[in-house]
Amino acid sequence: MPPQIDVRLDRVTKRFHEVVAVDDLSLEIQRGEFFSMLGPSGCGKTTTLRMIGGFEEPSEGAIYLGETDVTGLPPFKRDVNTVFQNYALFPHLTVFENVAFGLRRRKVATDQIASEVTAMLELVELPGYEARKPSQLSGGQQQRVALARALINHPRVLLLDEPLGALDLKLRKQMQLELKRIQTEVGITFIYVTHDQEEAMTMSDRIAVMRAGRIEQLGNPEELYERPTTPFVAGFLGVSNLLEGEVAGHDGALVSIRLRDGTVLRAPADGVAASGPVRVGVRPEKLRVEAGEAGPSDGLNALAGVVLDASYIGVSTQYVIQTADGHRLTVYAQNLDTAGASEAMAGGQRVHLTWKPQHTFVISGPAEHVAGDPHLPEEGETDV
Amino acid sequence: MPRTRRRLTPYLLLLPGTAWLVLFFAVPMGYMLVMSLQQGSLSEGYHLTWNWGIYPDIAVKYGNLFLRSVSFALATTVLTLAIGYPMAYTIAFYGGRLKNALLLVVIMPFFVSFVIRTLNWRMVLSDNGLVFGTLKDAGLLDQSFRFLATPASVIFGLTYNFLPFMVLPLFVALEKIDRRMIEAAADLYASRAQAFWRITFQLSLPGVVAGSLLTFIPAVGDFINADIIGARSPDVAMIGNVIQRLFLNSNDFPAAAALGFVLVAGTMLLVGVYTRIVGTDRLTS
Ligand SMILES: Nc1ncnc2c1ncn2[C@@H]1O[C@H](COP(=O)(O)OP(=O)(O)OP(=O)(O)O)[C@@H](O)[C@H]1O
Ligand SMILES: [Mg+2]
Repeated sequence: MPPQIDVRLDRVTKRFHEVVAVDDLSLEIQRGEFFSMLGPSGCGKTTTLRMIGGFEEPSEGAIYLGETDVTGLPPFKRDVNTVFQNYALFPHLTVFENVAFGLRRRKVATDQIASEVTAMLELVELPGYEARKPSQLSGGQQQRVALARALINHPRVLLLDEPLGALDLKLRKQMQLELKRIQTEVGITFIYVTHDQEEAMTMSDRIAVMRAGRIEQLGNPEELYERPTTPFVAGFLGVSNLLEGEVAGHDGALVSIRLRDGTVLRAPADGVAASGPVRVGVRPEKLRVEAGEAGPSDGLNALAGVVLDASYIGVSTQYVIQTADGHRLTVYAQNLDTAGASEAMAGGQRVHLTWKPQHTFVISGPAEHVAGDPHLPEEGETDV
Repeated sequence: MPRTRRRLTPYLLLLPGTAWLVLFFAVPMGYMLVMSLQQGSLSEGYHLTWNWGIYPDIAVKYGNLFLRSVSFALATTVLTLAIGYPMAYTIAFYGGRLKNALLLVVIMPFFVSFVIRTLNWRMVLSDNGLVFGTLKDAGLLDQSFRFLATPASVIFGLTYNFLPFMVLPLFVALEKIDRRMIEAAADLYASRAQAFWRITFQLSLPGVVAGSLLTFIPAVGDFINADIIGARSPDVAMIGNVIQRLFLNSNDFPAAAALGFVLVAGTMLLVGVYTRIVGTDRLTS
């Protein structure tokens, strides 16, 4: 059975005067999914969400909820509810009336409203707060009321725009788990906007990484982290080391890539072109750093280099290593066997780095020399 | 002790205001009350005789005038609200960069004195003036038509003069409303009318209360409009006109003082009842 599609954006573009906020974006979100949109400030996350909610109309393209084209329908005619960034609770109404607002507009019977509000406040762990005004609640409690107010309508889709942005780190972590629990419990599709990559990774089933109004890459957290297809995604989800090279040949499931200085590295061959310029990437925690020259490599990738900088940060030591052809690589070495800063390798020390070919990812296309954001026609870019 | 000092601070802060009120409100009120209970004449002097009987007397004699003043002021308040709300709403929500310029236009009449503005309206609205003269010449109105000196004309003048007192507090209240609140209402299945009524209007109530007090209170005691636009017609005279006449023309100080006292006390009572009903917390929240 193919997954049921809850929300579909079909080539949606949104322009504000000359600013293109969302650029020819297509997207399908599945029923019951926790879907995140992640990207830097101004990349069009809020605008996309507001178009799904009906607060903005697309300049071009269409939006579907299930099978229905809802483009042009006002918010109150869409089976979608929103948790706003600053909650937007009604200050003159009690918690009860805030949560009951949607049900009252839909003329639900009074006694049913009472029991549903009670149940909903229980779900968000605020029983007994019915009579309070929003101004008498803490930030985290207001957040829960906003969630209850939206969820009580059992929408097809819940939209959340940086709902935890105003909370401090500890409360944020707690609410992340809570949100995930509630989403699992009610089984409603969540579309979640954030610019915090860790938050997106923790909660999401799938993430769309956005940049300049487009989706740069879409996939589950592991795919995005382990196999980014663009340098932007590689850099946005944590630190990555990228080395320029050329495809030298395929070897079963692996592909060989020759760097400028002649070193050959190997990586999974999935989706890599048969030839041409590429970049090879590896995450800092996947690298093992050892003093001296490289020995026999056991099928591992190996690179020689010199320590430029070492900083001891307790759980790990962070090295910056310069390779023979001038690339700088960051390495996080777990302090498994070392007993302190004195045992870290010093600057100037000759070392070699090793890592598994499976931990390597390949980004097609030549290096991007312009700082700016021309959209790269990446191969294998997901545009589901 | 710092503790006692902290407890006294609020009272100390209230002191200047309290002194002001005592000096310029309580003292004159007491003085008026005492004067109203005196008897005599300007030439022979007035003597305190505790003549409480004056109150039933003026109630009988001027009761209808009180009623007329209150109904003119009420009509004025309702009209300024009806005209001012859409104005304030449009400026606050759609004013954009013109907001300040539009507000300036609203208070522009204040650059000209109250009396002069009213005199000008009298000329514009006179029987053969700019508006009605033209209409009469065009044969659109009967030659005998008269607008000046009608209740409608006085209410018109009051409404015109007090409109800014309604618009400004309404604007302030509407301006403060977070637009996302209205989006949230739409998101929760409220139609535009419901969102306006349940959210925007409710949140603008402090402005409605403040604006209607600022309009009603001066309107109920006004005498300029009835004097000028009302052309001193006894049919449209308000309580302020009578007080003015009794003080300045008839020199009947006790009756004038009694009317003044009843006007101020009665206004306070009405305002008290009003704020009790809508809640003073609306003024502060
Ligand atoms: N009402 C508007 N009028 C004009 N430009 C707008 C409007 N709303 C958004 N934009 C522009 O569209 C682009 C995308 O904005 P959007 O709010 O969607 O970004 P975002 O990804 O949510 O950013 P953030 O993480 O900062 O919230 C920005 O360049 C923004 O300036
Ligand atoms: Mg945003």
